Amino acid sequence: MTTTSTMSPTTLNPQRVDPSAVVARTTSHSSVQESWVQILAMAWRAVKKMRRKPEQFFDVLIQPLLFTAMFAFIFGGAISGSVSDYLPVLIPGILAQTALTVCMATGVQLREDMDKGVFDRFKSLPIARIAPLAGPMIADLIRYGIASVLTLVTGLVIGYRPGGGVLGCVGGVALTVIAGWSLAWIFTWLGTMARSAQSVQGISMMIMFPLTFLSNAFVPAETLPGWLEAFVKVNPVSHVVSAVRDLFNDGAVTAEVGWALIGCMVVVAVFAPLAVRSYSRKM
Amino acid sequence: MADLSAVRAESLVKNFGDFRAVDEIDLHVRQGEIFGVLGPNGAGKTTTLRMLATLLPIDGGHAEIFGVDVRREPHRIRQLVGVTGQYASVDDDLTARENLWLFARLQGLTSARAKTIAGDLLERFGLQEAADRPLSQFSGGMRRRLDLASSLITRPPLIFLDEPTTGLDPRTRGQMWDTIRELVTDGSTILLTTQYLDEADQLADRVAVIDRGRKVAEDTPDALKTQVGDSSLQLSLADGSDTALAADVVRRLLGEEPVLTPESGRMNIPLPDPNRAADVLISLREAGLGISSVSVAKPTLDEVFLALTGHGADEPQIEAVR
Ligand SMILES: Nc1ncnc2c1ncn2[C@@H]1O[C@H](COP(=O)(O)OP(=O)(O)O)[C@@H](O)[C@H]1O
Ligand SMILES: [Mg+2]
Repeated sequence: MTTTSTMSPTTLNPQRVDPSAVVARTTSHSSVQESWVQILAMAWRAVKKMRRKPEQFFDVLIQPLLFTAMFAFIFGGAISGSVSDYLPVLIPGILAQTALTVCMATGVQLREDMDKGVFDRFKSLPIARIAPLAGPMIADLIRYGIASVLTLVTGLVIGYRPGGGVLGCVGGVALTVIAGWSLAWIFTWLGTMARSAQSVQGISMMIMFPLTFLSNAFVPAETLPGWLEAFVKVNPVSHVVSAVRDLFNDGAVTAEVGWALIGCMVVVAVFAPLAVRSYSRKM
Repeated sequence: MADLSAVRAESLVKNFGDFRAVDEIDLHVRQGEIFGVLGPNGAGKTTTLRMLATLLPIDGGHAEIFGVDVRREPHRIRQLVGVTGQYASVDDDLTARENLWLFARLQGLTSARAKTIAGDLLERFGLQEAADRPLSQFSGGMRRRLDLASSLITRPPLIFLDEPTTGLDPRTRGQMWDTIRELVTDGSTILLTTQYLDEADQLADRVAVIDRGRKVAEDTPDALKTQVGDSSLQLSLADGSDTALAADVVRRLLGEEPVLTPESGRMNIPLPDPNRAADVLISLREAGLGISSVSVAKPTLDEVFLALTGHGADEPQIEAVR
């Protein structure tokens, strides 16, 4: 092919743009495969940002360490008689709580991110609207992983001996990561709705505290008054905590594991479309 | 394609609450031209562009880009338009190279191809040396260049430039103008907004003048300028009460209608030919009218405005709460 001479040394491509050819090539939406590439590209961006701002990891590093030690020694005697008896109850609870903290940060950071100029570009590009939301959530899997392993290790150091063995622990950590990722869609939805990062933080707190403290994460549900017990029993966090306990302590894949997974799927099925819709509208 | 228009917008409307920011604007941009939207701050330029770029919902009217309906097919429109906003839409937490790579990946280029294109664009926009530095160390001009480079990755046939040189120093502005002209030689169509008549004059084939959300004129820059004269002579009379007399002298001499500010004894006289400034001064002296100050100015947006709308560009616009 003969190339026409470039107009100037800086002209990028000697071929002229042909609008009608470009129009003919356009597609009405991103294919599943294209969307997946876009999500991974957005995940890559989120990982880059994490590496440049390691202070974002403080919550997932410090909270598991601090809470595990603190709760074990403060409540251990009162709730279970001794610290070592309380650890099998406590560690899965802390795990769930830490995962929820990460979820909350997901929503707040998304909101902050969306206020930046670069989001104008993301919106102006022909990309699936789910990509800017799902990308960071994939990167967050790293955070859930770190938080879970750290909590487990802290437990092991202060004397926790999970009966489920290595496989049970791997299963429990995996379930925590899945649950964290699923619940994060609630906070992502909040992130796309709220006016400011601060309001996301505020609303998230109001959701997170009942979800964790009104669950069986730290105390057995039976010790609570009846009306509270009822809420605790339908709280999806309770099911995740019970399932993780079964995996860690007995290495057993019980019905609770099934309920936890179903709960997670329901949350994703409801909140992922809500989040994408609210994000697409906010333009 | 029979229809050679790049943008065809009819009666575009945007309301922010009770405030109508864009009021029935028609735009018709032909393929391969540079079309300028000229107007003061708050006129509705950005809002118009954002509606056409699918960044804001269109409240009324109809818009097509290369025959594709903007409201109905936003995803297609996004494949046709490269947008460079008024404020650089690049990621401050990434380097210039990473920004370009990311935007290329998002548009479906392979990783290797994305790397090549990023390298090419960095070179073309003179950013190689800063390519791997954080954007926080970038000057305003460098950010603008990176932003423009980001809009060109897939070589879109239509490029939106929202005030591409506002806030740039004169040298950087000149470079940006050269870059914009080059894009057109590549076959792209450009829709740009500006607050400067000078810029529209330098770049645009045709200009729409926008004021308070309405289009008040559309023409070539030359035609617009002849409405106010190529340049103007600004005079302050020593005695303010002489303005009417002085205006008569000018009318007789040039056949032009001067704009008067009798309170301060000032006159603004359109000059079809700058050389006639001397004639005006001589005639005024012969008529015995004293002058306290004099200057010759090129027409500003303000004067185009005054001529087109009867009010100045810097008069306060209706303020809307953001
Ligand atoms: N999101 C918004 N909400 C309310 N008013 C807005 C919003 N964006 C712009 N405006 C108002 O609309 C008018 C036009 O704004 P804009 O299009 O940015 O003008 P320009 O780009 O010509 O300076 C201004 O009065 C501005 O205050
Ligand atoms: Mg603007």
